[in-house]
Formats: sequence, structure tokens, C-alpha cells
Amino acid sequence: MTGHTLGRADFDVIAGWVEPGHRVLDLGCGDGSLLKRLIETRGIQGWGIEIEDANVLAAIGNGVNVIQSNLENGLADFAEGAFDHVVLSRTLQTVRHTEGILREMLRVGREAVVSFPNFAYWKNLRAVLDGRMPVSEDLPYQWYDSPNVRFFTLLDFEALCAQMGLAIRERRVLDEKGNPVEAGDDRELNFLGSLAVYRLTRAR
Amino acid sequence: MPGQSVGAVQSHCAHFSEPIELRSGGVLPAYDLVYETYGTLNAAKSNAILVCHALSGHHHVAGHYADQPDNIGWWDNIIGPGRPLDTDRYFIVGLNNLGGCHGSTGPSTPNPATGQPWGADFPMVAVSDWVEAQARLADRLGIDAWAAVIGGSLGGMQALRWSISFPERIRHALIIASAPRLSAQNIAFNDVARQAILTDPDFHGGHYYAHGVRPVRGLRLARMLGHITYLSDDQMGEKFGRELKNGSFSFDYDVEFQIESYLRYQGDKFAGHFDANTYLLMTKALDYFDPARLDGGDLKRTMARTRAGFLVVSFTTDWRFTPARSREIVAALVANGRNVSYAESSLNFGHDSFLMEDSHYHGVIDAYLRNIVL
Repeated sequence: MTGHTLGRADFDVIAGWVEPGHRVLDLGCGDGSLLKRLIETRGIQGWGIEIEDANVLAAIGNGVNVIQSNLENGLADFAEGAFDHVVLSRTLQTVRHTEGILREMLRVGREAVVSFPNFAYWKNLRAVLDGRMPVSEDLPYQWYDSPNVRFFTLLDFEALCAQMGLAIRERRVLDEKGNPVEAGDDRELNFLGSLAVYRLTRAR
Repeated sequence: MPGQSVGAVQSHCAHFSEPIELRSGGVLPAYDLVYETYGTLNAAKSNAILVCHALSGHHHVAGHYADQPDNIGWWDNIIGPGRPLDTDRYFIVGLNNLGGCHGSTGPSTPNPATGQPWGADFPMVAVSDWVEAQARLADRLGIDAWAAVIGGSLGGMQALRWSISFPERIRHALIIASAPRLSAQNIAFNDVARQAILTDPDFHGGHYYAHGVRPVRGLRLARMLGHITYLSDDQMGEKFGRELKNGSFSFDYDVEFQIESYLRYQGDKFAGHFDANTYLLMTKALDYFDPARLDGGDLKRTMARTRAGFLVVSFTTDWRFTPARSREIVAALVANGRNVSYAESSLNFGHDSFLMEDSHYHGVIDAYLRNIVL
């Protein structure tokens, strides 16, 4: 788990989706900067999960609640509905058990917030057409040192949500600079978006 | 971790003439607590940290005595100017618990009713009794609320108990290599240790002082057994392996393997100075510790009474109190919406890791304590 020490564009979106007093669990919280921001600007109560020693230390230094644990082992320590929001920011692509983690997020949380780099972003596609794996603001790694183990697109993710019976409450798609992308249809959005942020619930 | 030792220190003795009623039903009419302090209590009296000791610990937590330069406190590596328990910032208090054998009232100190050592007549003490006595020491020192209470193993249980018994008197609890209650296996190990002492012919039903003997053999066995549970299999393998003292088998029962030599040395060293009745009491306090018992075993309900912030730390090589035991505490706290951080260290020293120096482990404690607003 690498956490989100990179761009902060999705933080703005997530900040808009939480309410003061909400309990937020941030999976792969890195140095705790998202939670710190949500605590300071939105008055939430937060806990992060992080595996890397350096990030755990940094999060504690930031005054953020952090629990050192491996996401791949699930969220079994937490009760059903313990949180209002469970956030997975720029981390889903590093998790091997994709369905498992999504299901767990919506077991312990009322809502899941998921952001991830969109592999179908046109610059990524162009890189592949040029014969090289993409390296961008939202996919900043070389193929040989990338923590990412799953490569997927907006449309792939939405298909998985449908298959798992998860309801998409809101969707924000951002370009490399973090600005919202306007598009005529989903296919175009999939082509123009570098980072996607979703707000999910269990289907009613 | 940079930083210095606190240097030369002195111990103090506080006498309490108010009786203390114990969890076991026993009463101590009066008692002494020996303690040490490091650093300076600030004007607001908001910078005090209580360090609670584990099974064999005491009040000499840090520094050395001017006339005994080699007698260094048992947790010296974490306390001092620039160290995680920074004496430039905090006022640190360590004491010997009731029932101890390092100067506080215990089985080896005189029973005022007879003038002889209490021995087996010393009442059983529970973790909650220690916390009560510690609260009275805090009153004596003018400390309304601790900035933090910290401890490893049985010491961590005292920090946990503080957060439940005196929620308004503890702002932060640092619970290291501990557990919310002992498992059957933990109790089993303790009972074998106790049986070693109780069946020693020199035990004399706990009144060995009058016979001029000490149950050294039993205490030595108890410590050897305990010591095995404090280390990790890997570390023991790395340190001793199957190495032989004399290079080849001697086909007798003398010390052959290096691990035997080490354990016997540890057993002898401990049995030479520690009081067997204190050892018995401490292991029973461990066995009885179960703050959720009155809530039908529901730790979540118990932890609802807490108000403190928490830092919980465990060690992956600790098989006595595994990380899973620490996570039980964390889960109960999160379920109550409490502020809690949890760090897991991969230090290789088993349960004893909590006494070791390590950049992640000590770094986490340092970062946590630096964030406390005094």
C-alpha cells in the first residue's frame, strides 16, 4: 500500500462528501494528510489504516489516528456499519483482492469512497500505442517499480460495481491537473479522465 | 534515538496511613510506596507521565544511583532529555507496586500486627489495587491528571485499567505488548511457574523468612520458564542455535547446550534477589486481570467508560501477548469512537521487545508524546 502522498485533487472531492461529526476510515492513509485535512476543514472523526512504518510514524506525527495493518487481511476488526465513510484513495489498484476489499468497505461503512487512476485516459492509451507503459501524474511509476497490481478503467470499474450489486451514488472525473472533466458520454469521459472518484453504497 | 540518560537519580518513599481496601477483600492498614521522579513538574501540573512496571520491574526506571553507576534503570533507553519520554518536557514518575519486593510494602516487609514479614498473609493484590495506590501517590505529588500513563506487558494493563477506573485523571494511555486479559495458555504458564515455587520444600507455605531460607529452586524454575515465553523462537535460534558449551555431547545432565547455560544463568540471577511471594502475587494479578469481566466479557462496553487518547503497540514476534491481543483493545476503542493509534513493530526479541531500542518503536512513542498539548 503506498497511500496518497501524490496529488490532492481527489481530496477536494472527498471533502465535499463528508459531514461534520462523520466517522471516516481511510484505507492506505499514508502520512494521514487526507484525514488531517478532513478533521481540520470538515470536523470529521477519522482513523487511517497503513502498513508502512514510515507512513505510520508520519501519521502519528500529524496527530492522526492510524492503525498499522495490512488491508489485504481485511477489516475483520471493525464492526458492521462502524463508519459513515470508508475511503480508498488511489489505492484500489494496489490491492490484489479487489472484490474482497470493496465488499469489506461496504460492510464496515455506510458509504465507500474510491478513487483510482484511469488506465483508459487518452495519454495512457497513447503511451501504450507508442509501445511504452504509461507514466503520468496519476500513474507516476515505472512498470518495474510500480506498486500497482491491477490496471483498469472507469468502465471496467463500473461494470464490476454492477456485477457486485454496488450502487454508484456520485462520480467525479478529473484530468491530470485535477480539474473536472466534462464529456458527452461515458465513453468520452473514460477517454478524457485521468483520475476517477466514486461514492458507493450497497444497492437498496 | 538520540538523547541522553537522566544521570544520577534518587529514590523516595511515601508513607500512606489511610487503609486501602483491596479487590481480594483484604485490607492494608498502612503502606509505603517507593518511587522515583525524573524531570520537573510544571506549574500547571499537566506534564506528568506515570510509568508502570511489569512482573519483575520496580521504581528504578531510568538513570543510575550516584554510588552505583552500574545500577541502571530498567527502561533507561526511553527516558531522558531528547528521548521519547523527554525529561526536558515531561515529569516522569515510576514506582514499585504494592506487593513488590523493592521497598514498597509487600510480602517481605513487616506485618505491623506481628512485626514479622507478611509472607503468605499478605493479601492478594489486583491491577485495580495498584492503580488505586498509584492514584493516591498522584494525589500526594499534586497531580490531578496524568498527561500519560505508559507501560509494557503487565504495565500496559495498568495503563488500560487507569483509562477505565479514572477516565478523568488520564489524558493518554500508552499500552505496549499487552492484552485485555490473559488467555488460557498464558494462565497455564503462570500456574506452572507458581507450582514450581509452591512445591519447593523451602517455601514453607510462604513463611520461609522465619526459617532463614528462600525457595530458590522453585523461583529459578519459574523464571526459566517465564524467560522462554519472553523470547522469540527465531531469536533464541539465532542467539544459541544448538550450540554446545564444550563442542561435543557429554551424555549427562550437566549444562550442555548454550541455551541451557543461558536459562540457568537467568534463573539464578533472578532467584538470587527476587522475592518468591511477590512473584506469586504478580502472576495472580496477571491471571485475574480482566476489566471486561463485569461487562459480561464485552470489552467494547468496558472501553465506553474511557475518555483518554490511546497508543497501542505490539510486536510481531511476541507470542506471549500477540498483536491480535493488542488489536482486541484497538477494536474496542474504535468501536467507541475513541482516538487510538496502533503500531506493530517487527523487532525480533519476542515479548521482551518492549524493553529494546528501535527507531520505529521508539519513534512512534516519541511522535505520539510530542503531540500532547501540555
